[in-house]
Amino acid sequence: MNILESSFVDYLLTAIPLGMTFLYGCTGEILTEKAGHLNLGIPGIMCIGGACGCIALRILGKTNCPPALIVIIAILCAFLGGVLMGMIYSVLTVTFRANQNVTGLAMTTFGAGATKFIMSGMATNAAENYIYALKYFRFPFADSTTSLKYCGVMVYLAIIIALVASYVLNKTKVGLRLRAVGENPATADAVGVNVTAYKYIATCIGSGIAALGGLFYIMDYSGSFEAYKSIEPLGWLAIALVIFTLWRPHISIIGSILFGMLYLAGTQLPAMLGIKLSISATPLMQMLPYIVTIIVLIITSVSKKRENQPPQGLGVPYFREDR
Amino acid sequence: MNRPIALELKNISKYFGSVIANKDVNLTVYRGEILAILGENGCGKTTLMNMIAGIYYPDHGTILIDGKEVVIRSPKDAFEHKIGMIHQHFKLVDLFTAAENIVLGVDDNKKYNINEINETVAKMAQKYGFNIDPKKKIYDMSVSEKQTVEILKVLYRGADILILDEPSAVLTPQETDKLFEVLRRMREDGKSILIITHKLHEVLSISDRVAVLRKGEHVATVETATTTASELTEMMVGKKVELNINRPEPKNVCDRLTVKGLNMTNSDGVKVLDNVSFTARAGEILGVAGIAGSGQRELLETIAGLAHPATGEIIYHNPQTNADDNLMDKNPIEIRELGVRLSFVPEDRLGMGLVGNMDIVDNMMLRSYRRGHSVFVDRKKPKDLAHKIVDELEVVTPSTKTPVRRLSGGNVQKVLVGREIAASPTVLMAAYPVRGLDINSSYTIYGLLTKQKEQGVSVIFVGEDLDVLIELCDRILVICAGRVTGIIDAKNATKEQIGLLMTETKSANTPKEENNNENEQ
Repeated sequence: MNILESSFVDYLLTAIPLGMTFLYGCTGEILTEKAGHLNLGIPGIMCIGGACGCIALRILGKTNCPPALIVIIAILCAFLGGVLMGMIYSVLTVTFRANQNVTGLAMTTFGAGATKFIMSGMATNAAENYIYALKYFRFPFADSTTSLKYCGVMVYLAIIIALVASYVLNKTKVGLRLRAVGENPATADAVGVNVTAYKYIATCIGSGIAALGGLFYIMDYSGSFEAYKSIEPLGWLAIALVIFTLWRPHISIIGSILFGMLYLAGTQLPAMLGIKLSISATPLMQMLPYIVTIIVLIITSVSKKRENQPPQGLGVPYFREDR
Repeated sequence: MNRPIALELKNISKYFGSVIANKDVNLTVYRGEILAILGENGCGKTTLMNMIAGIYYPDHGTILIDGKEVVIRSPKDAFEHKIGMIHQHFKLVDLFTAAENIVLGVDDNKKYNINEINETVAKMAQKYGFNIDPKKKIYDMSVSEKQTVEILKVLYRGADILILDEPSAVLTPQETDKLFEVLRRMREDGKSILIITHKLHEVLSISDRVAVLRKGEHVATVETATTTASELTEMMVGKKVELNINRPEPKNVCDRLTVKGLNMTNSDGVKVLDNVSFTARAGEILGVAGIAGSGQRELLETIAGLAHPATGEIIYHNPQTNADDNLMDKNPIEIRELGVRLSFVPEDRLGMGLVGNMDIVDNMMLRSYRRGHSVFVDRKKPKDLAHKIVDELEVVTPSTKTPVRRLSGGNVQKVLVGREIAASPTVLMAAYPVRGLDINSSYTIYGLLTKQKEQGVSVIFVGEDLDVLIELCDRILVICAGRVTGIIDAKNATKEQIGLLMTETKSANTPKEENNNENEQ
């Protein structure tokens, strides 16, 4: 294997875990949007998820709890944190029919702020920073001697969740109803689908899944409490990824890795090709995922294929007796 | 009749705020019969059926199915009692296939296997003589195919009582015949079918019995075989309501607007205006009568410059220059700049006429913001106008600063009509200006229109209530499926005469108009 090839593999293997951060957020957002709710609170929810997971890690890390159990509990805590945020969002947008964009943005501001408040106290002790990193909990086949050493358990979890979400959406009755709720809630209601329940459950589970992305990024991808600072911008990329993958969770697996590669292109590509690039060019290169998303948006808008459009009921509150 | 009773309604009433939609309706439906529900627009046919289908919940009264009292609180409850409704506005998910739509919401504990479902649907379609591909997406379908999916959806759930809300409104006569064939087959299968319609010839051809509703009340149920079209019309339009609208003789009548040969096709390829020609005269009220969605809206929009027909001419005789201007293919502002003043009261008040979140003054400014010379708007005149309208038309509002969406329907209407009249038009078009208004407000509006007529304005009034049309207008243009079926002198007109023209089906080959432009109460 020559140097170029091996450095490309390294590039790919760092891009995959980063991509999983997007994948969590993206899968969660797809579920929410399929129910007709545009949740712009995803970045904030990911922050909260990270914070909740980290609290669990920190508390349990000082006990004699077995590592595997700590990981599971941390993941559950992150999920529940997201569900809670999703619940707040649902109460506001489903029950009270508040504007979804405004509510979502408020959730993001709140989530990012609250996380900063919680995490800034935790991230002070640099020595402690790495102790609880999930990075070191790996499946036996992926130990540090293999090239899969970058991939912790949560990488696999992200892919499994995306595949399950895709199956549920496209191959089950529940998925059919969920898609109907997002496309045309009045129709779903008329055939006896409980629109409110579907919206609540999809939004809450979606938020829970997105929240895992925050925990994954802090404790698995970067392995430092300090990393909470960069979750929010990554959360926006997760939302862009939803559009990029045209609301399909199985495509988003590939899409997330591509986004990861594009996001890292600024630092990895020059090194790989042996070019020296000014440090100030990195933020420019990080625009790539957004540019690609805009191009996809333009292409799908021009082609006007119905299957590639957002759910028709997206962003529209539903009230049965509205006439 | 010894057939078992499938469904019985007892003293059903429903109110929307202070508006009575249904009052003490009693109705019986037998197994294996087709019952037509007949009535004018807004007489509460659809509301009544929606209560059986679980969309609305009755305020009073009971519903009995197979002799047992039931409570239907949601469409799901209705399905459990084997009731299915095919709505006028199809409730289908465009992105799904026919089969996916049909199976949506069905709770049969079976594994979801789309291939099996496709087969079942195909078999069922064959049984009743439908022609449909279960794998076709809804957005690729014609209107009649969509309706087929709706009917199959209801049948798939094993419905025994089917409610069809104006099923023929969107179909061509041939498609209607085919549908009726299917309905007869279902009747033989023992199903009870309720059809909402206001087309008399359909009632006579398909139904076993007819229930007539008028202004929310059940008038009578008669055997179709023993009745006639004129008898039904009489029941439908009812006893004469004393109106006494002051109708002064038209003075200084001259032609103001000549419409020649308008043709227009909507996005679904249905002809909505078919060779429409007429003349509107200054100093006269021209009434437009027709079943909802017969092309009235398109006609007014065309004259106002909001819609562009395929062919035709609209000649405006300018009273100032005595020149003839062609209004075709001009946008609303160009029409104004030409000195042609058309004031348009759209039937969808808040959608097209007013901005709900703005107050009365701001809504006044929507018409006048182009006046004034600086970048700042002049709020003085609109404010005066707002106060004038509130005072003169007795608009009930906390202040002129209240967003219009918070006003009641009648008051919203007054604001809109008041503004349009204040623009001192030469042609005033009003579509359903009294819809949803109480009797007093209605009379205020009639008075305003008559006053405009006396001032030499050419008024075009699209109305629903035939009594009012006959009392208020000088001439009545009757439109049916986009065609003008007659222009009659209102002084000698009878409701029966207009009613027949409204439902005339001279050309069996012309596709029927689409009926989804308006919502019926």
